[in-house]
This record gives sequence, C-alpha cells and structure tokens, in this order.
Amino acid sequence: MQNKHASNRQFKFSFHDLTHNKGFSSFSSALMAIFLGLIFGFIVMIVAAPENAISGFSYVVFGGLSRIGDVFYFATPILMTGLAVGFAFKMGLFNIGASGQYTMGMYFALYVGFMWDLPAGLHWITAIIAGMLGGMLFGLIPGIFKALLNVNEVITSIMFNYIGMYLVDMLIQGNAIMYSSPTSRTRYLPIDAKIPSLGIPGSNVNLGIILAVLIGIVLYIILQKTTFGYELKATGYNKHASDYAGMRGKRNIILTMAIAGGLAGLGGAFFILAPTAIAGSSMTYEPINIIAANGFNGIAVALLGHSHPIGIIFSSIFISHIQRGGTLTSLVGYKPEIIDVVIAVIIYFSAFAMIMNAALSGFIKNRLLKRNAKSKDSEPEIKEAG
Amino acid sequence: MENYIVEMRNITKEFPGIIANDNITLNLKKGEVHALLGENGAGKSTLMSVLFGLYKAEKGEIRINGKSVNINNPNDANALGIGMVHQHFKLVEVFTVLENIILGVEPISKGFLDKSQARKKIVELSERYGLKVNPDALIEDISVGMQQRVEIIKMLYRENEILIFDEPTAVLTPQEIKDLLEIMRGLAEEGKSILFITHKLNEIMAVADRCTVLRKGQCIGTVDVKDTTKEELSRMMVGRDISFSIQKEVMETGDVVLSVRNVTVASKLHKNNAVKNVSFDVRAGEIVCLAGIDGNGQTEFISALTGLDKTISGTMTLCGQDITKASIRQRSIIGMSHIPEDRHKHGLILDYSLEENLVLQRYWQLDFQRNGFIRFNEVRQYAEGLIERFDVRSSQGPVSTVRSMSGGNQQKAILAREIDKKHELLVAVQPTRGLDVGAIEYVHKQLVKRRDAGKAVFLVSLELEEVMNVSDRILVIYEGEIVGELDPKKTTMQELGLFMSGAKRDTSKEGQ
Repeated sequence: MQNKHASNRQFKFSFHDLTHNKGFSSFSSALMAIFLGLIFGFIVMIVAAPENAISGFSYVVFGGLSRIGDVFYFATPILMTGLAVGFAFKMGLFNIGASGQYTMGMYFALYVGFMWDLPAGLHWITAIIAGMLGGMLFGLIPGIFKALLNVNEVITSIMFNYIGMYLVDMLIQGNAIMYSSPTSRTRYLPIDAKIPSLGIPGSNVNLGIILAVLIGIVLYIILQKTTFGYELKATGYNKHASDYAGMRGKRNIILTMAIAGGLAGLGGAFFILAPTAIAGSSMTYEPINIIAANGFNGIAVALLGHSHPIGIIFSSIFISHIQRGGTLTSLVGYKPEIIDVVIAVIIYFSAFAMIMNAALSGFIKNRLLKRNAKSKDSEPEIKEAG
Repeated sequence: MENYIVEMRNITKEFPGIIANDNITLNLKKGEVHALLGENGAGKSTLMSVLFGLYKAEKGEIRINGKSVNINNPNDANALGIGMVHQHFKLVEVFTVLENIILGVEPISKGFLDKSQARKKIVELSERYGLKVNPDALIEDISVGMQQRVEIIKMLYRENEILIFDEPTAVLTPQEIKDLLEIMRGLAEEGKSILFITHKLNEIMAVADRCTVLRKGQCIGTVDVKDTTKEELSRMMVGRDISFSIQKEVMETGDVVLSVRNVTVASKLHKNNAVKNVSFDVRAGEIVCLAGIDGNGQTEFISALTGLDKTISGTMTLCGQDITKASIRQRSIIGMSHIPEDRHKHGLILDYSLEENLVLQRYWQLDFQRNGFIRFNEVRQYAEGLIERFDVRSSQGPVSTVRSMSGGNQQKAILAREIDKKHELLVAVQPTRGLDVGAIEYVHKQLVKRRDAGKAVFLVSLELEEVMNVSDRILVIYEGEIVGELDPKKTTMQELGLFMSGAKRDTSKEGQ
C-alpha cells in the first residue's frame, strides 16, 4: 500500500508541472476558446440556413488551406498590430491606437514609395523604415502624454486613431502624384518600392510575413532575456514595485509606446507595399474616412495570443485563416460577416481563459487519474516509483 | 459538566492543500474571558469564522447553551447572540456613531426611523460599561480606540452574549489597550462571555481567565492563565523557546550616515503637511527607531526619504552626499537599502519568480547583465546562495512564484535582497508586520546583526515592544513632528506611550 501511495504522488507532481506551465495553460485555453467559437459559429450557420451549414462550416475551417498565400499575406498586418497591442500590454498599457499608428505607417511608406527616388534595392527598404517611423511617431505622442502628464493612454490613442485617419486621408487626397481622383484611390506604386514577392501564385504574399515573424521572435527575446524586458514586465505586473526598485518608469512608458507604434506602423507598410498578382499593379489605399480595421483586429489577435509574441504569431495566422475561409462561405450563400461573429465569440471566450483552462485541465486530470488507477489495479506488483 | 455557553467539538476545516483546523475542541464558560493564542496561520481566525458562520466546518459540532446548532452565516450567529469585532472595523465613516450602531436593526415607528429610542439605549449601554461614546459624533472624526468601542456597543445593542474580539489591540495605543482590557473585564463581570484572539502574551496574562493555544491547525491545549507563565504559553504556541529580549552588545557609534534637516513633506490626504520640519541624524552602528501611532506622518516621511515622493523643503544627506533630489536608483547606489512597509505593493513582484525578485535591486549591475541581456545562470547561482543563507522556504526554490510563498518567507526574501545589497543605511519599515513570533525574532536578529556590522539602521515601528527592545535610540513622531528623543534604557513603555499619543512632548527639541 505504501508504494502505491508514493507512485501516485509522483504522478501527480509531473502532471502538476505540465498543467501549471504557463505556456501550456495559455495554449490550452486558446484552443478551448477557438473550439467553442467555432461551435457557436456553426450554430449560427444552422439557424441562418440549415441546408448549407455543413458545407459553409467546412469552408470556414478548411477553406483557408486552398489559399495559403493569402492567409499569410493577410496575417502580416494583424500580426504586426497584434504585437503592437500585446507588447504594450506586457507593460500594463492598453494600446488601442494601433489603427492610427498603422494608418500613419502606411502613409509614411506610401510617401517614400511615391515621392522619393531611390535605387531599386534600397527603395522598398527605406519605405518600410519610413512606415515604422510614422507608426512610432503616433505611439510616441500618447506615450509622452501618459508618462509626463498622466493622461490615460486609451483616451489619447483613440483620439489619435481619428487624427491619423483624417490627416492621412487629407494628405493623400491633396497629393496628385499619390492620388488618382477618377478611381478615388492611390495610384500604383513604382515597382522598386514594392516588397519582393514570395512567389506563391495568385496571392500578394511577400517578404513582409517573414520579417514580421522574425520581429515576433526578436520581441520574445527582448521580453524574456533582456533587462529592458525584465523592467517592462515588472512594471506591467506591479508599477509600485518597479518604482521602488528604481526603474525609470516614465522613460519605459515612452519607449514602450514608441516601439508599439513602430510595430503597428510596420504592419501598415507591409500591407500597402505588397506586390499583387497582376503585373504592374500594386495594393492601393482608398481614403474614405474609415478607421483601419487591422488595428482593432490586432487587439483580438493579441488577446487570443495572450500577449505572448510567439502566441501572437500563431493567433494572427489562425485569424487570417478563418477570415479567408469566411469569405468563401459566400459561395454557399452566407454573408462573409459570419466570420466576424465567430472571431468575436472566440475572443469573448478567451477572456474566460482561466475558467476554461481549469475546466479543461480538471477534465484531463480526472481521465488520467482514472486510467492510472485502472492500470494500478491490473499491475499490483509495481514497486518503487522512482 | 460545567455550564459551557459555547462548545465547539472536534472541529475540522480543510482548505485545498491545508488543514486549517484539525479536530479542535474549544469550550467557553459563561462570564469568562477566553484567549485564543497562536501564530499567524495557526487557525485562530478560521476557527472563529466557523463559529461566526463565515465558513462551514467539514466535521464537528457546535453547541450553544448545550443545544446543537447550525450556523450557516453571520445572521444565524447574530440570532444566537454571537457578535464579533473584526480587526478592520466595519463602520461607515460618514455616518454618526448612532447611525452605525443601528445599521441593520433600525428602530422604526410608523414607517419612520425612530432615533430617540435608540439613543436612550446607547447612552444607557455606554454608561453601564464605561464606554464613553458620543452617539452624535461622526466616525471619521473619532479616534481608532473610540471606533472600536462603537463596534463593542454595536454588539451590546444587538444583545449579543458571546463576544469575539479579533486581534483588537493591534491598532491601539498603550493607553487605549489598557482601557480596552478594562472594558473587557467589565463586560465579563456583567456576564458576557468573551473570546479574545491574540498573539500578544502580555494581554493574555492581564485579562484572560483561560487560554487555548493553537499551533499549525491543531489544539495544543487549554490552560488556566493564573497557573501559567508567558514563557510556558510561548513554548506552547511556537513549539520551542523564544527569547523575548534581544541580545545586544554595546556598540560605539561611528560617523553620521544619514542626516535629515528641516524636512517637510506634503500630505496626500489633506492640505496640512504630513511631515513638519523634521531633523535628525543616524550614525553607523546604531538602530534608530521612529516610533509613533500609525498615520502620524511615518509613511510620508519614508516615501520622501527613499525617493518615492518629493519633499517640500529641507535637505537629506546620505554618506556625505546630498540625496534630497536624487532618484531612487541613485540613493540605492549611494548606499540605501529599503525594506518597505507594504511588501506586496512595493517590495515584491508577486508574479515574478523568487530569483527574479531577489535581483530586483541589482539586475542592472554587471554581475547580472551583459549588454542588456540578463545572465540567468548568475542570477540562479546568486538566488540559490541567498535562499540557503537566509533559509527562504518555497515549494520550488528559485523558480517558485513569490505569490505562492508564505508571508514570512516573502519577508525573508526581501530581507535577504536588501541586506545582501551593498548598503550603509538600512531603512526598515514595520519589518515584522503580520509575522509570527518565530519570524519576528529572526527579523530582529538580522537588524541587530546589521548594526553590529557597522551599518546604520533606521527602523519605523508601531509596536511598542519592538521599539523598546530593538532600538538604541527612539525618535517619537506625532502629527508629523518629532516630539521627543528617548533612550530605551532610561524610559518606560508608559512614558513612550504618552509621547506617542501627544500627551507629552520634549520642549527642548523645539526650535532646533
């Protein structure tokens, strides 16, 4: 009896290590949220049009696979805005201004693309860097307001979403080189201002996605391995203790917001500087006074990825995947907005992460314990556990 | 069998992973003061919460006046005549004493509140038990001791026969404690039965008839107070001998380490300054204690001293360098270590691991980082060394989350970090707050060790015994002013209490 008890305890410990691992708990709760969100979407589809629900749902889940290039292309901007939101969130700042930073980055990239005459290899790189600087500017200002005047960053960055959007629309409409009034869109970019394509036929996917993933990995290293990351997370967990330890809170707030802005700005640049499948054309921007949705999708991506850079890489690809699949549901008569409902529900559930995680790990634990007990009964001769 | 008014038989209460009460039996006689003694986490509060209906016990039975009862919530407890004075008072600050007392049991005539009837009863109770409360005073205007008496009247007004006091003296001045103990005796003589939760032995010796001792969730025994001694009780409580007096060698004091001149600090709560024109020196090799009742400017002064807040005027010099406007980091480099008052708010990042917390003041030094990258191997080694030297206990060693550690071990971690850091001045603010006797002894020994190592120690304390035992010199702060400088060898607790309550002041200090 003694050794049975001991081996049971041994088992419990290893299980404890597994389920109490932070990465595991975030991952399992995200999966749970996705699962429930998809089920909810399926129910909505059944209610809307029962006869096509199954084919529509299979488009949602698997449709993206047939358009893998597009999945990666559309994942790029939300990956960057997701990082912009998640990175600031690690410090306890809610950067709701990713849209404005994204729009600003896009404008700066377009400006360099149209107005500057640079050598072929350098042009698109300069345009990307300009995009980052544009975003940084719009992250920096709310950061300064927060750090020096203690104005809530949520309020300033919402305002800056509007300022950025109207400003960019005004500047673009007033510039005949960039704007073509007959199409009411920006013109096609010069070829050397476009990011090199990855060559997947029929899609805009470009080097941007690879850069974005690398940036995600770099952010992970910054957060986990550097003193700046240590200070940043410390401030996010407990601002008072970070002050007590002599960390320069104001400098860190400004720096974090500037970096976050730069990330979102890069998202705008990666999106607009994309080459398209049709030779000679490029992505264009339509200045119609709408706040960029990619900024807000970044919040969803960051929430689903638990603000963890690596998690955000995967969550952005996943969201992009079901968005692509969602557009395909129109083939069987659904409105593509159905996918926004699914995403909303997923985000809603991922907010209950801890509860769901407890439910899930409790379920696994019970199952494993039962199985363990059974195997014990069949093999009573087990001796020392370890 | 004697006539017990409360019998708690074989109470067992479990929380996940811990048995808070393990088969505890407690009997309360009618008209006695019964002390419940134990360290933090011994299960005193849990046991009382079971009696008061806040928790439900898994096993055991409660009998009131010989009848088995079920207490599911505080209302049930109230109906059975059980009342409780909580450690943190449950009073509405902007209501009068009378309004607070009748809250929940308002006397009503013809649909309107009838205060005159209530007032008569309150005045009568107040006179009968010598409580001296004014029913029309606002709670925010009266002293803490008076607020506590309001809580007592609240119980009496509801005609409770069994009164539970949860660490009632923690917030009081020595004079107020004396008054309270007298009131408790008076209540017992009038036939009320009192359960008195505490870990202060002197108070038990002064007021209690019997005492039940708990240790780690188990009942160690019930003794008659008149047949026992303080030493005996403490041995029962801790399980080993505790030295009450701290062994201190006489030390020659060295150079002035900290010099404070005419420092004034604004208050965040009101327009008056919280700290007014304070001046003093702390020398190497001495423990200077800033004594005072909570809320007399200590917190504000420490914020200014450690750099968390600004001063209005005055200068502070540390090791010969002016630090009045220095940043927190600069003060730390010059030689200030700080054990903060609130270890959860300031001292620790609860979601960080133990090792990450142990380098909180040093992560930026070249020992622990190169080119902005943290050297995790060095951090681990350093943490393991500190954990061993200071005996910091946790479930998973350096990687355990600090949140999961006990209060005593959290404090040890802070102590280890601040003491091991290079320093000339150690600022310790209520370093023993919320700790049990064993941990308090440990902290005191560490402070004395620092002094013996030739460091200056500046201690802020609300506990009279700590002030008297640990310090070499006492500064008393009252309403933001230093009202006296005392030598612990030449003064008495009573005199110190008079200074702390503002009844006495050292006029020779004025104008300095």
